[in-house]
Amino acid sequence: MDIRVQPDPFDYGAESARFAQGDGQSGAVVTFLGLVRGTGGLSRMEIEHYPGMTERALAAIAGDASARWPLSDVLIIHRFGTLAPGDPIMMVATASRHRQAAFEAAEFLMDYLKSRAPFWKKEFGPDGAEWVAAKDDDETALARW
Amino acid sequence: MIEVLYFAWVRERIGIPRERIETGAATVADLVEELKAREDRYAAAFADLRALRVALDQELADFSAPLAGAREVAFFPPMTGG
Repeated sequence: MDIRVQPDPFDYGAESARFAQGDGQSGAVVTFLGLVRGTGGLSRMEIEHYPGMTERALAAIAGDASARWPLSDVLIIHRFGTLAPGDPIMMVATASRHRQAAFEAAEFLMDYLKSRAPFWKKEFGPDGAEWVAAKDDDETALARW
Repeated sequence: MIEVLYFAWVRERIGIPRERIETGAATVADLVEELKAREDRYAAAFADLRALRVALDQELADFSAPLAGAREVAFFPPMTGG
C-alpha cells in the first residue's frame, strides 16, 4: 500500500508503469487519473487539506478496500496547493487477481476519497473565488457500497 | 486546553487556521456555543451546523461527542476530495 499527499506534480505514466510491474500474481491493474477541469473560465484551483488526518483517512479508506476485495496492491496519490486546468490532481491504482475486484475497489476508493478525505477545493474564475460545495450525489454514491 | 483547527471557509470566516482554547465544554456542541458567544466572526462561521463537519483527534465525529480527553478538534465544511 502506497499513499502520498504532496504539492508536487506526479508522472501518471511512470507511476502506472511502476505499479503494473506487480508481483507476478495479479492479473488486473486499474488506474484512475483525476485532472483539473478548465470549465467556466477556471484559471486555477487551490486545494487545502488537513495534514495528519488526510494521511489517516486515506490509509483507512485503502484498508477498507483491501478488506473488501482481494487486492495485492493499492496506490493513492493526492495533491494539494495551487493547480491549473489540465493538471493532475490525484490518481488511484488497484491490483488484483481478477479485473472485477480491481475495478470495484478503484471506484470504492474514488467514492470515499470524494467525501471522506479532508480536502477542500477553491476555484478561481472570472467571477472571483468560490469554495466547491459537496454534492448530494457524493453522499448517495457511498450508499451503494 | 484543546487545539481547535479551522479549514476552508470556516478558517476564512474566523480569520485564523488554529488556536488553543481553555474550555470546560462537555461536548463539541457546547464548545461551539462558547465560541459563538465570543465574537461575531465565530457566530457567522457556526451559524448553520448542518453545513459543517467536525473531527476529534483527526477522526470524524458528531457534534454531540464528548470533548473529554480530546487533544484536537477541527471544524470544516463537507469534504471535496478526488
